[in-house]
Formats: sequence, structure tokens, C-alpha cells
Amino acid sequence: MMQIIMPGLQTLVQDSGRDGYYALGMPPAGALDQRSYTLGNMLVGNDSRAAGLEFAFIGPTIQFQSDTVIAVTGAEVTALIDGEPQPMWASVPVKNGQTLSFGPMTRGSRGYIAVRGGVDVPKLLGSRSTYQNVQFGGHMGRALKPGDVLPIGTQIHSEDGHADRIRELDPKYLPSLDSGADLAVVTGLCNYRFTPESVQLFFEANFTVSHEANRTGYRLIGPALEFVERDVPFGAGNDPSNVVNLGYPLGSIQIPSGNEPICLLRDAVTGGGYVTFGTIVSTDLDALAQLKTPDTVTFTSVSITEAHARRRYAHNELAQIAKSLKYPWALETEREETQ
Amino acid sequence: MTEMYLQLSGGGRLSFGGDEFIFVELSEEMRIQQALTIQTLARTLTAMNLPGVTDVCPAHASYMIRYIPERVNLPELLATLQEVHEETIMGRPATINTRIVEVPVYYNDPWTRETLMKFRDRHHDPSSTDIEYTARVNGFESIDELIAAHTRHPFLVTFMNFVPGNAESVQLVPRHLQIEAPKYKSPRTETPSRAVGHGGAFANIYPSAGAGGVQLLGRTPINVVDMAQSCADFRERPVLLPAGTLISFRAISEAEYFDIRAAVDADEYRVRVADIEFSVGKHIEGWEAYNDELLEALQ
Repeated sequence: MMQIIMPGLQTLVQDSGRDGYYALGMPPAGALDQRSYTLGNMLVGNDSRAAGLEFAFIGPTIQFQSDTVIAVTGAEVTALIDGEPQPMWASVPVKNGQTLSFGPMTRGSRGYIAVRGGVDVPKLLGSRSTYQNVQFGGHMGRALKPGDVLPIGTQIHSEDGHADRIRELDPKYLPSLDSGADLAVVTGLCNYRFTPESVQLFFEANFTVSHEANRTGYRLIGPALEFVERDVPFGAGNDPSNVVNLGYPLGSIQIPSGNEPICLLRDAVTGGGYVTFGTIVSTDLDALAQLKTPDTVTFTSVSITEAHARRRYAHNELAQIAKSLKYPWALETEREETQ
Repeated sequence: MTEMYLQLSGGGRLSFGGDEFIFVELSEEMRIQQALTIQTLARTLTAMNLPGVTDVCPAHASYMIRYIPERVNLPELLATLQEVHEETIMGRPATINTRIVEVPVYYNDPWTRETLMKFRDRHHDPSSTDIEYTARVNGFESIDELIAAHTRHPFLVTFMNFVPGNAESVQLVPRHLQIEAPKYKSPRTETPSRAVGHGGAFANIYPSAGAGGVQLLGRTPINVVDMAQSCADFRERPVLLPAGTLISFRAISEAEYFDIRAAVDADEYRVRVADIEFSVGKHIEGWEAYNDELLEALQ
């Protein structure tokens, strides 16, 4: 069991997400920085979909009520056990009665706590992730509060023969956590609504992350973009940035009124009536989720072939890391088909 | 593949939503027959259970699929999509196995009225209520005429948009008879749960309280979402009105609103619903008589 003494700013139970319900209006949710979350599970020998905790900016204080092993990954932060600093990106044994707390976050914006066995909240529609917009999943559908007690489960990788060894990530695999990120975008969707000059401007501009940056999406500040003239299609709405309501892919970039693009993360609204420009490649959403105001974002246009190549590269790197950690990683376990 | 858009034969443009989504837009405007084609397409694709495809998401004038790139041969998937797309568009009008659901509405109710009065400064016409405004801009003499039109013919849910359970639906009548209303100039920060709204040509029911930007016409006492699936009407699916469902709105009094609400809270209310085969061909041949036939299923 883990008892929450102080919850931090926003600490949520998250996992790899709840896929297969997009058509019902429900996004996958799950850890925003999937790579850091996944590495946490590897470090403690968990099943790759085991639930952990995601915290934003200020970490929680947690008392453990049994012996276990944890790993802290994601944003750069000092993790303390009974006041003693511990390494990040490594498995750390914790004894019954000991307390985990955090110093200030120095780089990035989201930290992850993996606990051996996983956080054992009920699995709803195939996942333990919290989707706060409808108070669903996780621990009672909400961020953790003081006094919450979370059971630790048995979500341990069944073929992990090295569970007891102390694992530590090779520093060459650490995320950059820089205050700027260049994100790969596949253009498409309603991109034809923008003038060619505005499309070009989008890829040349520096955008700033605004204060409106949360699990649903990040609003960016940048140059105004312009639209191609049109006759208003029936059902679209009069503003040039209005479209007949349509689906928003995860990672898609909508640009209401041509100002302030909004990039959707894993608590995405699944659709709406604003023109969409393109979609950030999924493996780049990890870096976006570690940004905060006033960090900078630039975009690079990539083809679908290049997008899939980048995805493969990220997966191959995870496979290499797993090998180096002697963790029995298999990509097949990554995302279930839920249809 | 270097072109941003693939033009599909039969009409429509396909593009990629990053590495996991495929987005197909049939046209930029809302058309009922096109929406019916999209519902048919989505059902066909879902029934095919394509390996690696996790989501098939129909919308009003477009649809989207999500796939796992590692489990999909992309050229093959695109070929299959193109084939189904073309066959559905060119093929004979299909039949959709679906349900018609009665949604009781307390029109011009005190809760939505109280909310919308707080946001008159964001409205095109601060001096009237949303339902008065919607009636007037659609040429109705009174609110009652608007309610009569809203309840006379069924709506088809064409998109589950924004949040779980939010069914956006279009009335199965020709375009010149569709109720149309602009959205607020700037969205409200509040909307009561279960409010029945209208924006553009679409009706919707707010599953829960929150922000919103469409005209508020009334409130239903029944729930449209139950993520925990604890109530009897939601055992098979967490939303009451998935895309492809027909809705028949029925005007109710304040007294009936409270009766139904109490029964819903006790999980004793059962939504009136009937299984139907919706024939796109019959709709095209004679929408008015066919709507009456469909509504009879609820009697």
C-alpha cells in the first residue's frame, strides 16, 4: 500500500492509455510522456502496461506501507527517501514505513513514479488511466488527495528473470528536457484551408508555450496564419477557421481564427469545429509534454514515411534499452487491440 | 507517399493524422445523404475487424480511423479503405441496423434559462433567450412552433464529438427545413448537465455540466452517458446515443421532468427504445412518410 501524505500539484494514476473508444468521444488518456513512463516500468520489472503515477511540477509525498522497489523518471527532480536523495532513472528499494518526497523540479514538467507491481486501481475499459474530464478511471477518476491509500498490485512482468537486480538507465538514453523542442508534423487534415505562405510561415516560426498547457492540449503563441478564401460550406460556421465539426487526431494541431495553435495531448477532445493544420508524430508528444510556459516550439514537416521511420527509431531505442536493462521487452505488449 | 492528400475515387480526400490516424473528408459541407454514407462506411469498416485498426470514428462529413502502424501494412490498408469507400459511395443505398431512442425534453426549462441569462453579453441577441432567438431566426411565430418542429421528425446522430456521450445529430428533413442557429459569439463557461442544445444544423445533449457555445433549448431528465455502466440502460455501451442512432425528442412538462428524473436516479426509468433497420433508400424515396414509419417503432 502507498499512502498519499501530500499530493503535489496534480498527481494522477496513469498507464499506457485506454485505446479503442475514440468513436465514443473518449481519448486514451494515459501517461503524457509515454517513454518516461515505459522506462519506469522496465526499471522496476513491471508489465509494460502497469499503472504508475504522473505528477506535474510539484511531486507528491508518499508513505509506503510495505517493502517495494520504485523508479522515478521523466522531468528532472530530486527524489528523497526519508530525506535522503536517490538516483532518478534507477530502481530504488523502499522499506515499509519509508517516505518518498521530492525537491523542486529543475527541468521538464512531468515526473513519473513506477512502483514494483503497479498501482492497483480497478481496470476500467481495459486501462487504469485517469481521464479527469469525465471523472473516469484511475483513483476515483480524480487527482490524488491527502489520505488516499493506493494498493500495490501484481502487474509484474512474468518473464522477467532479473527482477531483483538494481537497474539503472545508461545516461545516453536520458531525454533532453530542453526548454525548446522541434516537433515532427505530418501535414494533412484541413491544411488546404491555409494559404501556402501561412503553411511556410508555420514551419519557419518560433512558437511559445502559453499558460494554457494541460493534459488536454497545449496552446502556443506565434504568428497569425491566413486562410484561403471560400464560400461558407453548409454547417461550417462563418469564421474562416470554422469547419463542419470533425474528428481531431491525437497530436493534431487546430488553429482557431488562425491564431494560437492548440496541440492535443492524450486527454484530447476527440473533435470540434476548428480547422486542423496537421498532426504531431506520436513519439514527439513525449517531448511536448515536458514543456511549460514560456518554452519554445518549432515544427518540422515530415512525410508519413518519415513519421513511421521516426516511430520505428523510437521503438528500436526502447528495445535497445530493454536489452541493456535485461528486461524482456516485446513490442506486441505495447498496445492492445480493443475493438 | 509524398502528396499531402490522396483523392479517393467516388469523392473524398484522404490524409494522414500523424503516424496513427487516417482522416477522410468527403466534402467540406454537411449533407444528410453523405452523412448516411459515412455511417454505412463506418459500420462496414468496423464489421471487417481489420487487423491493427483500433478505432473507426464517423463524423458529419468526414471519418477517421486509428491504427497501430506495427500491425498494419499501410499500402494494403489504404487499398482496402479505398475499396470500401468507393463501393459504399457508388453502391446501392444501404440499410443500417440501429436503434431509435426517445429523449424527453423539458423545453424552455428554468435551469438552462438561469444559466443562459448569465451570459447574455456573449450572445448575438442579448434581449431574448436562446430558444426565443432560435425560434425567431428560423422564422417560427413562437417557441411552441419551434418545439413542434424539433419533436416532429427524428434526428440521426452523425458524430460523437468532443467528450464521451455528446451526440451531435441532424434532423432527417431536407436542408431548407433544418433548424439552424449560430453559436454564441464567445462560449459560455457553464452549461447545465443534460442540456439540449442546437448549434449550426446540429442538435446535441450535453452529457455533463461544463463550457459550451450552442443555443440552449431545454433539458432532458435522462442520462446520456454512464462510464461506469452501472445503470441498466448502459450495460451494453457506456453512451446512450452512439453515432448512427436515431433520436426522437418528446416535449414534457415540468411535472413529468421531475417524475422521470426521480425514476432515473433510482435506476427505475427505462429509456424508450426500439431496434430498427434504417433504410437509406427509403429515406431518399420519401423522407416524410418514412420518418412516420420509424417513429411508429417507438409506439
